[in-house]
Amino acid sequence: MTELDEFRAEIRDWIEANCPPEMRTPMRDADICWGGRKFAFASEAQERWMRACASRGLTVPMWPKECGGAGLEADQARVLAEEMRRVHARPPLTSFGIWMLGPALLAFGSDEQKRTYLPPIARGEIRWAQGYSEPGAGSDLASLQTRGEDRGDHFEVTGQKIWTSYADQADWIFALVRTEPDAPKHKGISFLLFDMESEGVSTRPIRLISGAAPFCETFFDRVKVPKEQIVGSRGEGWTIAKYLLTHEREKIGDLFSGGGMLDPAALAPASIGLDGSGRLADGLLRADLGRFLVDEMAFAAHLGAAQAHMRAGNQLGPRSAEIKYLGTELNKRRLSLAVQAGGLEALDWREGEDPGLAQSWLRTKGNTIEGGTSEVMLGIIAKALLGLPG
Amino acid sequence: MDHLNEDLTLLRDAARGFLHDRAPVAALRALRDSGEPLAYSRDLHREMAEMGFFGVLLGEELGGTGFGVRAAGLIAEEMGRNLTAAPFLSTAVLAATALMEAGGEALAQWAPKIAGGEAVFALALDEHAKHDPARLSTTATPQGNGHVLSGRKIAVGDAVGADRLIVAADAGGQTALFLVDPAAEGVTVTPRRLLDSRNAGDVDLDGVRAEGPLGSVEIGGEILARTLRTGRAVAAAEQLGGAREAAARTLAYLGERRQFGVLIGQFQALQHRAAELYCRLEECGSLIASALDAIDRADPQAEALSRAAKAKAALVGRQATEEAVQMHGGVGMTDELDIGLFMKRDRAQAEALGDAAHHIDWLLKERGL
Repeated sequence: MTELDEFRAEIRDWIEANCPPEMRTPMRDADICWGGRKFAFASEAQERWMRACASRGLTVPMWPKECGGAGLEADQARVLAEEMRRVHARPPLTSFGIWMLGPALLAFGSDEQKRTYLPPIARGEIRWAQGYSEPGAGSDLASLQTRGEDRGDHFEVTGQKIWTSYADQADWIFALVRTEPDAPKHKGISFLLFDMESEGVSTRPIRLISGAAPFCETFFDRVKVPKEQIVGSRGEGWTIAKYLLTHEREKIGDLFSGGGMLDPAALAPASIGLDGSGRLADGLLRADLGRFLVDEMAFAAHLGAAQAHMRAGNQLGPRSAEIKYLGTELNKRRLSLAVQAGGLEALDWREGEDPGLAQSWLRTKGNTIEGGTSEVMLGIIAKALLGLPG
Repeated sequence: MDHLNEDLTLLRDAARGFLHDRAPVAALRALRDSGEPLAYSRDLHREMAEMGFFGVLLGEELGGTGFGVRAAGLIAEEMGRNLTAAPFLSTAVLAATALMEAGGEALAQWAPKIAGGEAVFALALDEHAKHDPARLSTTATPQGNGHVLSGRKIAVGDAVGADRLIVAADAGGQTALFLVDPAAEGVTVTPRRLLDSRNAGDVDLDGVRAEGPLGSVEIGGEILARTLRTGRAVAAAEQLGGAREAAARTLAYLGERRQFGVLIGQFQALQHRAAELYCRLEECGSLIASALDAIDRADPQAEALSRAAKAKAALVGRQATEEAVQMHGGVGMTDELDIGLFMKRDRAQAEALGDAAHHIDWLLKERGL
């Protein structure tokens, strides 16, 4: 038996012994374990599963052990993922700390910052928000104006962020702040970490067309941020931000594939019916569904290739823009087809955490805006991958 | 992001170098201008066989390399980039697959000749404007210890000058494949000039005595299904090769053509279209690779993947060649520029072995739609 086989056997036994049966069923958005000071576990099983994984470093399997991870190699992480999938185990913990701040800190943080900030993320104790966009800085993110004035031992941060995901439920924020007002636009930004309970921080949820309020406006009024809470050096924030956005885009591509996705092709026959030849009675919708099925298979194959590329130890780099573009455009089509298939039965509006199809459809309209618009993605591809002139 | 093992990487690089040197687009143009109905070079065919390309699906005991379907796709993609005219799909892929599925004497007799570049086959299947293997009017009637074939096949690729035809016919309600010598009495092959300047002919069969069914009449339908499965995926790879080359040439043009005092590649309208096309080409490449691999693994998803790959290649090929002509502007409309040759080839490939609508219809039916 190879070492990897031994690892597989060991991890399989461990999952079997520790993953509660309730954590092996399909999950809705409301079942995500986000962690953090304000988080209420949805069930005792959810809490038990998260804590069991955290105790073995399995909430962040590839992070170093001293940072709360399990220090797994890429092939071990792949085996772990396969074994988790095998029993349909839910992700024990999901957070921006895990898939955004963590990689940035591992790449750019000091040893002390890694030891300070990463273990509480791994244990689900601190939930992070991302302070990037501003009212005047959307696609042109680097024009951001939130300023951090040098006050000796700290920066005094003043300004406004927008589209801050779940800021009202977050404990800490990583934010892009202009600390070097005289430097060129991309060189004057620093990457700061601070507690959302600091004096001068306030948030206001933004209700979307879907009825949900996953984003906030976040206001900073002379917030004191100690200087040791800067990641990297002053003016290096844009480099870190771009690195982190790459991770975000890879993840966004992942969100729009896999077995749990809504299947518009499964909805259509019941609501629309078949014609005499056994084909869907709506010929136009049928043709659109057909093209969607082909593109869905193509994206699944392409994402699989990208994931294999990453498991082999490579970075996607600017190709994450391609995954993000394809995945989000496909998801918009998915829900658009689903509501067309549903017809009058897909117009219901529901309050609460379990949205109706129409609301899910509306929410997907943001997929090609958040995390960089499709137009920004195409611009990145044109310049970074195709080498077209700027 | 395409992960190829060392053998396949070497094969692809060998195909890329060889075809670029020996069978570039200029060679197709010269063949076209010569008006020669064979429309490929016998020398090139033999050289490609010497490189091992024609035995790519056939095992070593049959004179091949046995590299498999993924490898055939890699060769085909490089052929597509160069618009290489050679009886590869017809002979090394479709006929080789049909013969392997059938086994027996025909395989032993013909496989070494295919691998050695000494025989050309044509699959005489289509009878209507649209590919439809389920609707065959050509009949196979038992006579003595064999079958007699009658019917008409249209636009059969590489039929002109072929050593053998593989004819699909209705044998008493089931589809069977028959080997036919084009020199046999009752066979007429009429060369047909198509827009892509490739070898094609209409085949009339009037009471033709077949050499025998491939395999048996009973398994003919299954042999044909497997043959088309492999053929589609490899044909898709070839079509993608052409689409990628048309896109690459267009990209180069965007970086050199100046209007309004700037490179036209600086215009966002063109950048976004070029980037969108790139994304579609890339996902198409991954889909085709997964279809080819699935066939090699005999994965149950192979049929659906092969059909999706063929449909996707047709859709993306059209996008690529239309964008190529449009973005080249007036010069894209000239015969002198090669871009038009890619568009012509793409159109023919979109129809060969079934267009996007044909395969999407199958996928939809499979899903109960």
